Amino acid sequence: MSDVRAAVVAGHDSFAAGLCSAVARIVGPAHGLVAVSNEAATPDEIRTALEAALDVSGATVLFTDLPAGSCTMAARRIARARPGLVVVTGVSLPVLLAYVTGSDVAAAVRTGQGAVAVVEGGA
Amino acid sequence: MTLELFRIDDRLVHGQVVIGWGLPHALGFLVVVDDEIAAAPWEQELYRMGTPEGMEVVFATVAEAAAAMPNYQADARSGMLLTADVATMVRLAEAAAAVRQVTLGGLHHRADRVPRLRFVFLSPSEESALRGLAARGVTVMAQDVPTSAPIPLEAVLAAEGTE
Repeated sequence: MSDVRAAVVAGHDSFAAGLCSAVARIVGPAHGLVAVSNEAATPDEIRTALEAALDVSGATVLFTDLPAGSCTMAARRIARARPGLVVVTGVSLPVLLAYVTGSDVAAAVRTGQGAVAVVEGGA
Repeated sequence: MTLELFRIDDRLVHGQVVIGWGLPHALGFLVVVDDEIAAAPWEQELYRMGTPEGMEVVFATVAEAAAAMPNYQADARSGMLLTADVATMVRLAEAAAAVRQVTLGGLHHRADRVPRLRFVFLSPSEESALRGLAARGVTVMAQDVPTSAPIPLEAVLAAEGTE
């Protein structure tokens, strides 16, 4: 693996934990990902959890699942107060793998976009 | 089509609303009733950025929403009205007779609340307010997503947070 960077991953239920677990399974556990769930949390609690995760990890990139999700809403609010923070919505395993293995955010997003494909049976 | 859903949800516009309810009900518009957000353009833009193409989000104070209720009901699209708390929905119901059915979609942990369902925590004053709504003839139930069964208010108030 090349450069390893910290990031916060946030989403519904156990989505973020699962994604981080999958990354660890593929590239090893030595990465700086922190998972945050919105489960049973108020908007203020989500924001507090995300801010704590950013502070403890030193991350400047925050990946979320849905563009309209509560984690994204909280992330956008945090980004307003933290000019250096980058929020990426619609995160997937290919995006996260690309990021933790050294791609910059824009390249990681392109990797994720390129990884979406339709494979039709019998073709 | 019309304004068909009235939901209390402290997250307001989020995944369950725009995807979970939005797709099966083909929601074309959301009405967010919140006096503070109605006066906060940045907050409004935040919610608009998160909604899918083709879904309009309208922001209104309680008074504005009550006045506009006939327009919402006459809308050719399906719509959902959202408040972030019980008190706001009660104020709206007192001002607009069109509020006949209210769904508790998500009220999460707070120091003065006790757990009733996995996604519904209520304070004594909120429980009293919901009973008052029901006494006015408003049907109150809890339902986070369309595929789960609606839970009547009395069952919600008798629950202990394990469902």
